[in-house]
Amino acid sequence: MAVPKIWRKIPEYYNLIGRQCPECKELYFPVRDVCKKCGCLEMTDYKFEGKGQIVTFTITRTPISDPEGENTEIPARDVPYAVAVIKLEEGPMLTAEIVDCNFEDIEIGKNVEVVFRKIMEHGAKGVIQYGYKFRLC
Amino acid sequence: MAGIVAWGSYIPRYRIKVEDIAAAHGGDAEQIKLGLGITEKSVPGIDEDTATIAVEAARRALKSSKLSPKEIGAVYIGSESHPYAVKPTGTIVGTAIGLSNDYTTADFEFACKAGTAAMQVAAAWARSGMADYVIAGGADTAQAAPGDPLEYTAAAGGAVFIIGEENVVAEINQTLSFTSDTPDFWRRKEQKYPGHGGAFTGEPAYYRHITEATKMLMKDVGTKPEDYDYAVFHQPNGKFPARVAKLLGFTEEQIAPGMVVRKIGNTYSGSSLLGLAAVLDIAKPGQRILLTSYGSGAGSDSFDLIVTGRIADRQTKSVESQINDKVYISYPKYLKNTGKLA
Ligand SMILES: [Zn+2]
Repeated sequence: MAVPKIWRKIPEYYNLIGRQCPECKELYFPVRDVCKKCGCLEMTDYKFEGKGQIVTFTITRTPISDPEGENTEIPARDVPYAVAVIKLEEGPMLTAEIVDCNFEDIEIGKNVEVVFRKIMEHGAKGVIQYGYKFRLC
Repeated sequence: MAGIVAWGSYIPRYRIKVEDIAAAHGGDAEQIKLGLGITEKSVPGIDEDTATIAVEAARRALKSSKLSPKEIGAVYIGSESHPYAVKPTGTIVGTAIGLSNDYTTADFEFACKAGTAAMQVAAAWARSGMADYVIAGGADTAQAAPGDPLEYTAAAGGAVFIIGEENVVAEINQTLSFTSDTPDFWRRKEQKYPGHGGAFTGEPAYYRHITEATKMLMKDVGTKPEDYDYAVFHQPNGKFPARVAKLLGFTEEQIAPGMVVRKIGNTYSGSSLLGLAAVLDIAKPGQRILLTSYGSGAGSDSFDLIVTGRIADRQTKSVESQINDKVYISYPKYLKNTGKLA
C-alpha cells in the first residue's frame, strides 16, 4: 500500500472511525461515502467502541509463500495466525486478527476487545502501518 | 502544585519462564532465579512495539482521567526502543488517543530513565502554565542478544501519566536529578543489541546515581526513609533495587508493592514507572512515595510524591491484574516474537 493510502486510513485503522447516515442512522465500518439503505451522501464520522463478539474464525497454518522474498509488505504476525469475523456491539461486522491467546481458546460467540498493534511493515526501511486487532476479554 | 492526575499501564500478555531461557543456553535456572531475583518476564507480541505499548497505556490513563483529549497540550514518551529512528512515537500516540493537532510532542531517550525525564518536563509545563495537562511516560520492548545474561531480564511494558495542576491524585512535591558521563551500558547507532560493562553497571553506575539522587532529594525536602510509605527504585533485576533500598535505609515492606520486576522482568523505560503505577493502584490519601529511576549513561531522577484524597477514583489494580493475566510461550516462540528468528 502506498504511503498516502496508509495515511488516509489512519482514522479507521487507529480508532475504528466509520460512518453514520444522518438520515436513517445506519452505521458503517469501514468508511462508506453513500448510505446503502437510503442513498444519503452526507455521511458523518462515527467512532466505534471496539467491543464485539466472534461470529466465525479461521486459523491459517500455511499462508501463501513468498520464496523469492519479493513481497515487501510484511504482515506483523506469526504463523499460524487467527482471523475472525467480529460483530461490533454497535452492529457492523469486520474482519480482524485475534491475538494474545492460545488458539484452542478461540470460540464462536466469545467477547473480544480492540487492541492497537502493528499491522504491516513495508520492508525494514519502509513505514510501519498500525491499526486494530482484537483479543479475547 | 503540579502532580499526577491519572495513570495507565500496559504489560503484554506473553511470558517466558527463566527455566525455558536457561534450558536453551544450558544455564542453571535455580541459580539464575536466585541471582537475579526474577522468575519470569513479559514478552511482546510479534506485532507490539514501544508505540503500541505507549498507546494502550495512554488510552487507559486518558479514560481514567475523564479529561477531554482537547485538554492535553503535549505528549512526551521516553524509550530506548522507539520504532523509528526518525519519526516521533509521540505522533502515533497522540493520534491513537484521539488528540486533534493542537499539541506538541518530541520523543525522549535516556536508557531506562527516559520516562521519568519526560515526566519532569511535563511537570515543568504544567507548573509554568504552558499546558493544562501533559501526557508523559515510558515504554520499551527491551532487546538482548541471545545468550547474553540480559536475556533473562529484558522485557516489555510501559506506564503513562497525565501531569497537571488540577485534579491531582499525587502531588510532585519535589523532583531532582543526579547526572554524570558514565559509560556502563550503551547501544551504538544502527546496532540491534546493546553493549554493557558487565559488573561496571553496578557500583559506579546504578548504585552511585540512585543513592546520590535519593539522598539529595531527601535532604532538599527534609525527609528520612521512614517518612515514606512506599519507595520505588529502577528495577534492572530483583537484586539491585533490594540492595539499594537497604543501603539507603528503606525496608522490604516499603519496596515490595512496587517490585514488579520479580514477575515481569526489566521493562527499561517502563520499569520504575510500572512500579509507581502498582503503588498508586493501592496508595491511600496522605501517603508519601519516593521514586528514583536510573538510566545508563548515566543519571537518576528522584521524585517526592504525596497522595491526595482523589486517589480512590482512579484505582483499578490494573498492574496487578495484568501481571496475573498471562500466556506462557516457548523459547523458539519468544525468539520469533522479539524478531530474532526471521
Ligand atoms: Zn441512510
